[in-house]
Amino acid sequence: MREKAILALEDGTTYEGTAFGAIGEAVGEVVFNTSMTGYQEVLTDPSYAGQIVTMTYPHIGNYGVNSEDYESRGPFVEGFVVREYSRIYSNWRAEDSLENFLNSYGIVGIQNIDTRALTKHIRSEGAMKGVLSSVDLDTQSLVEKAKASPGLIGRDLVKNVTTDKPHIWWETKRVKHFHVVAFDFGIKRNILRSLETVGCKITVVPASTKAEEVLALNPDGILLSNGPGDPAGVPYAIETTGKLLGKKPIFGICLGHQILALALGGRTYKLKFGHRGGNQPVKNLLTGGVEITAQNHGFAVDQNSLKVSEREWRVGKTIPIGGWKGETEFGSIEITHINLNDGTVEGLRCLDIPAYSVQYHPEASPGPHDSRYLFEQFMKLMEEENIG
Amino acid sequence: MPRRTDIKKILIIGSGPIIIGQACEFDYSGTQACKVLKQDGFKVILVNSNPATIMTDPEFADRTYIEPITPEVIEKIIEKEKPDALLPTLGGQTGLNAAVALAESGVLHRFGVELIGAKLQVIKKAEGRNLFKKAMSRIGLDLPRSSFAYSLSEALRNVEDVGFPVVIRPSFTLGGTGGGIAYNLEEFRNIVSTGLMLSPINEVLIEESVIGWKEYELEVMRDLKDNVVIVCPIENFDPMGIHTGDSITVAPAQTLTDKEYQQLRDAAIAIMREIGVETGGSNIQFAVHPETGRLVVIEMNPRVSRSSALASKATGFPIAKIAAKLAVGYTLDEIPNDITKETPACFEPTIDYVVVKIPRWTFEKFPEADARLTTKMKSVGEAMSIGRTFKEALQKAIRSLEIDRYGLGADGREEIIEEQVHQKLAVPTQDRIFYIKYALSMGMSVEEVYELAKIDPWFLYQIQEIVLVEQEISKYNLKTLPKELLKQAKRYGFSDVQIAYLTGSTEEAVREKRKDSGITPTFKLVDTCAAEFEAYTPYYYSTYEVESEIRPSTKPKIAIFGSGPNRIGQGIEFDYCCVHAAFALKEEGFETIMINCNPETVSTDYDTSDRLYFEPLTLEDALNIVGAEKPKGVILQFGGQTPLKLAVPLEKAGVKILGTSPDSIDLAEDRKRFGALLRKLGVNQPPHGTATSFKEALKVARGIGYPLLVRPSYVLGGRAMEIVYSEEMLEGYIASAVKASPEHPILLDKFLEDAVEIDVDAVSDGETIFIGGIMEHIEEAGIHSGDSACVIPPLSITDQQIEEIKECTRTLARVLNVVGLINIQYAIKGGTLYVLEVNPRASRTVPYVSKATGIPLAKLAARAMVGRTLKELGYEERHELKHIAIKEVVLPFGRFPEVDTVLGPEMKSTGEVMGIDQGFGQAFAKAQMGAGVPLPAKGTIFISVRNRDKKAIVHIAKKLVELGFEIVSTKGTAEVLTQSGVKVKEVLKVREGRPNVVDLIKNGEIDLVINTPWGKGPRTDGYYIRTATSAYGIPCITTIAGASAAIKGIEAMIVGDIAVKAIQDYHIEEFLLETKTESASAVEEKKCSK
Repeated sequence: MREKAILALEDGTTYEGTAFGAIGEAVGEVVFNTSMTGYQEVLTDPSYAGQIVTMTYPHIGNYGVNSEDYESRGPFVEGFVVREYSRIYSNWRAEDSLENFLNSYGIVGIQNIDTRALTKHIRSEGAMKGVLSSVDLDTQSLVEKAKASPGLIGRDLVKNVTTDKPHIWWETKRVKHFHVVAFDFGIKRNILRSLETVGCKITVVPASTKAEEVLALNPDGILLSNGPGDPAGVPYAIETTGKLLGKKPIFGICLGHQILALALGGRTYKLKFGHRGGNQPVKNLLTGGVEITAQNHGFAVDQNSLKVSEREWRVGKTIPIGGWKGETEFGSIEITHINLNDGTVEGLRCLDIPAYSVQYHPEASPGPHDSRYLFEQFMKLMEEENIG
Repeated sequence: MPRRTDIKKILIIGSGPIIIGQACEFDYSGTQACKVLKQDGFKVILVNSNPATIMTDPEFADRTYIEPITPEVIEKIIEKEKPDALLPTLGGQTGLNAAVALAESGVLHRFGVELIGAKLQVIKKAEGRNLFKKAMSRIGLDLPRSSFAYSLSEALRNVEDVGFPVVIRPSFTLGGTGGGIAYNLEEFRNIVSTGLMLSPINEVLIEESVIGWKEYELEVMRDLKDNVVIVCPIENFDPMGIHTGDSITVAPAQTLTDKEYQQLRDAAIAIMREIGVETGGSNIQFAVHPETGRLVVIEMNPRVSRSSALASKATGFPIAKIAAKLAVGYTLDEIPNDITKETPACFEPTIDYVVVKIPRWTFEKFPEADARLTTKMKSVGEAMSIGRTFKEALQKAIRSLEIDRYGLGADGREEIIEEQVHQKLAVPTQDRIFYIKYALSMGMSVEEVYELAKIDPWFLYQIQEIVLVEQEISKYNLKTLPKELLKQAKRYGFSDVQIAYLTGSTEEAVREKRKDSGITPTFKLVDTCAAEFEAYTPYYYSTYEVESEIRPSTKPKIAIFGSGPNRIGQGIEFDYCCVHAAFALKEEGFETIMINCNPETVSTDYDTSDRLYFEPLTLEDALNIVGAEKPKGVILQFGGQTPLKLAVPLEKAGVKILGTSPDSIDLAEDRKRFGALLRKLGVNQPPHGTATSFKEALKVARGIGYPLLVRPSYVLGGRAMEIVYSEEMLEGYIASAVKASPEHPILLDKFLEDAVEIDVDAVSDGETIFIGGIMEHIEEAGIHSGDSACVIPPLSITDQQIEEIKECTRTLARVLNVVGLINIQYAIKGGTLYVLEVNPRASRTVPYVSKATGIPLAKLAARAMVGRTLKELGYEERHELKHIAIKEVVLPFGRFPEVDTVLGPEMKSTGEVMGIDQGFGQAFAKAQMGAGVPLPAKGTIFISVRNRDKKAIVHIAKKLVELGFEIVSTKGTAEVLTQSGVKVKEVLKVREGRPNVVDLIKNGEIDLVINTPWGKGPRTDGYYIRTATSAYGIPCITTIAGASAAIKGIEAMIVGDIAVKAIQDYHIEEFLLETKTESASAVEEKKCSK
């Protein structure tokens, strides 16, 4: 018989279930992810540092874990919440069970709770702080702990996940045409693999690397990676990016996109509960097409802060082709992508300097490959800058 | 971009009669499309020969043609209506093939009709195996190794490269027809020959067997701007080698990592682009090697399908509706998601539950058929269930099937044959799932079961977990059963019946204990987005979780119980009635609740009623729902036998049953009670008796005299009914009949040979009885009414007899206190009227009668059941029709070539068509055309009749000769005809040698067969003749009455011109009246405001 476990939220709501994974206690912001596949990639995505992740899909663990699907050196979630953990796994690539994996990294999990009820609660009340415990079963004590926990706003979680020294990423024998320096704010390996596929050799550098050090490496392009937490929690990254704007082609993903926007002088804000899943529709304003995207973010860029004139989207409305223009101290920009579920900014690019970014995950993993072209776009950008 | 404005009128082709492989799902899809296109301002022309569909109700299209779906007939419709576009993707393979024929023959071009939804080259690329193969290699996708053959000799050469076992796939056929798996040369020869013949382009694909590989299906949509979305990934529980329609399937996929799933997704998108589907949906099937992950593409269907209906119900994403919009130019991001309203349809649904679909077979109707499941589909329907886990969904699905099982075993109804375990695991049949569970519970390991069955171990482990809980429960009795274990059992999908069985108690006691312990189900929403957004469409399922999502309502509620999965005897016709009840009650101001577990039907479209509960139709589930919703009343009389079984227990539990009381229904079914009542009323009935043992049966039989109709009580579709002509036959029957219904006695009735059978459908409001329709059977009495061809109005009975029938109907309706529908079957023999059967509920002829007369009987009945009077509803009985409407059935014998086509008292048909026209001949010819066995206008007719019919056949043969036909007969019939001066050529009987009549049939030398049998079953001559006709698609008439009808039809065919007319034109006044009918509340409002 498994031990009991409890998930307690700061607003007093509690859920009782059974423990799986490591026995212990975890603190974090409780969020939900709607992907039906890809739990290993989700667990090992450093962007989830500081968060307790709930999977809406009920059966988790069905296909075990394997050595190929890591998105970083290990899981970064604080805790894991599922409806039913699958004790038994079945897949030709599986090497071990999910529970053994979680155990070996000390990740606390809870199962057998009404994850749909929890999801609805977060949807209506917003993502909130929570404590997951299989050692303290006193709900009042847990709620207190949740209230007292630090939360995400303004915190630098990047420093906990970033690499400690620069290193080269070189997995395949593919021909390398470009040298990219990638800031590791919590970078996912599939970004590195995707860059390699379009012919890049990558030097991965710690988040706190200074602009001068980066330029000294003489890169063809700079990648600002995804990462955990509030972009306002990493002012040093914003400052460094500001110094690099215009000097080298820059491509930002997720947190990188937010950092780019902030470096351009814009602002970010916290979403009610974020976007986390692999089915979100993003409209490419430049082509009119829609991409199904993988997303994992709790903050978004405020288009007004980039002086984009009031543009809005409503379901069924036909949007004319063309980016939404805005102004920054680094010249004109345009919003290139928006989320069709709620109209939030999903992508932007600078028109006077070589820099662009997207809020979502073109490298997917987990998720659809509709947006892979963005890596080719980066390659083309670097090509143009080299020639020019 | 906004939709096209250059198209104003769209022609939609329906899928015709229900057949194995193509059933109600197309009514669901077609109805959705008609609705959405009409709403958008298009004029919709619809052609569908099936009157039992909601889509052919006159309000769904502007012009509705209930006519045969053939290129010639459609051409006439095009000529008359002049549509701008043709949408062929909603009518299954039938619709698609008809559209292709019209395109290729130049008709579409001639009349300026554009093919939308799927262009011709797209259809050919997808369906023509050769083109598909080339297209796939262009995009670098692997297919199983294969080659094409256009002749048997070519095929024999090809198979040498591929090796056995080998799969044969004919191009452009439906549901795997004509295909199969061959393990040796002999099987190979047979299947290839059949396949070549059935493929309209004489093409078969000889393919490497990927039997045992994992099978996946993706439902995909793509629009004009190249936006592509995957609506639903489906994993087949049963591996490759079993048709997806015959497999247990699960959504979403359970055993793929994200990387592997994305591989499928990428492939699906590439396929959509390469084939060129740009305004609609498709179903794409893949096979994945379980040990290497190698991915191959199996096939693609560039249209809505059974799977897309399942995917729509599983996710809440209405594929057909959106496909229709895409076809007229909208893009996915311009269409709102119906369920969330604020987000677009351009996304991929994500679900937070598990859906299980299990097919429904009716092999018990075809005991000679090969019950092994292969690549050729054999199921007639399916049930779907939703649960938070696979275990819960699987057990719910099993009890949704209505095979008298209450979950995965442990219900006291296990029928395992120990010696067959290994075989049953390796060779799939309909009960394999129970053998899997049994094997695991007996200690067989998951690996061993996997080796035999090739079902992914993950599913097997899930079943093992169910077994472990079952074993745990059996340790206790109900009193000692721990609360936690009871809760876990419910979460694993165990029903109260199973728990009662395992703890040695009763269903009621378990329910009590559960309630006392606070273990009751919650209801959750299907919302396409796993709760990420607010959902507005109330589509619910039950599960044992913490939070329930039912919203309070403002209006009084009425719950309608559906008819469950399709099967022979209970299909779309009952669903039609349930849907009509929902429509009518909504207009009457009620909040309508629909309860059903059939993913193929219009009743489970969330648009049909105000609330939809996708739940099994068992007592436990019914009580859960009525307990949560507390409806004012429930309607049980529209879903066939299924909800009726719940009548007495629901009434006992305090639920208000609307309409005719359960006691009246019981009275009509109880032969003793009913027999006594008829005697009291002085109504004639065939002499009858009941018996519970062979001795008793013999005694009763001797009293009544042979021939006898024998059957078990209280069933539908005449299951296990038979006509016995002697004591030996009676003994044989009783030995096998005991299995059918052990608690109930068997009934014996005098069988009235050569009588005329009449069916009547009527509505009563408790005071007035409205006779909706009187129809005459064109086949003799004794053949199940569901299998007979019928005609409205009746033609061979006198006005006086009609009056007698009406009077008798009214009397019976009154005496039974009918409020709602009543169906009565009569026979007239020797001038005497007999009552055969009274059913105070909806019958399967209601849709046909409604279409024939223009009167929506089911809607009237529903209104009467909530207190409206027929007088105030204003309809007049309509018996003087200026047209003739004939219902003809379709039989599934092509699917079961081993089975004798002779119709008997057990119902065998899967669906029906209607032929409607001014005259009988034309109507009959249309009905035959619609049923796929068109009458010939010239050629050779084979006649061979039993002795009793030899006199009557002379006149018929003479007429045929006059019409220009040549007659061929076997000895006995030939002699009689020659003696009467009819020119006839003699041919050998099957047992007389070769060449015989079967050879002639196989050589295509016979155009029509008239063969009335004596005795039936394999090894009789008639068996061989009739099976040949069903394999070769030749019309086969088995009664004299049918032959007479055929002659009139042939005459019409010879004259040539078949005219088409919209159903709205046949029923102008009725249609106007229906649209003007005001609801009771609207009338009240008006009164109050005055």
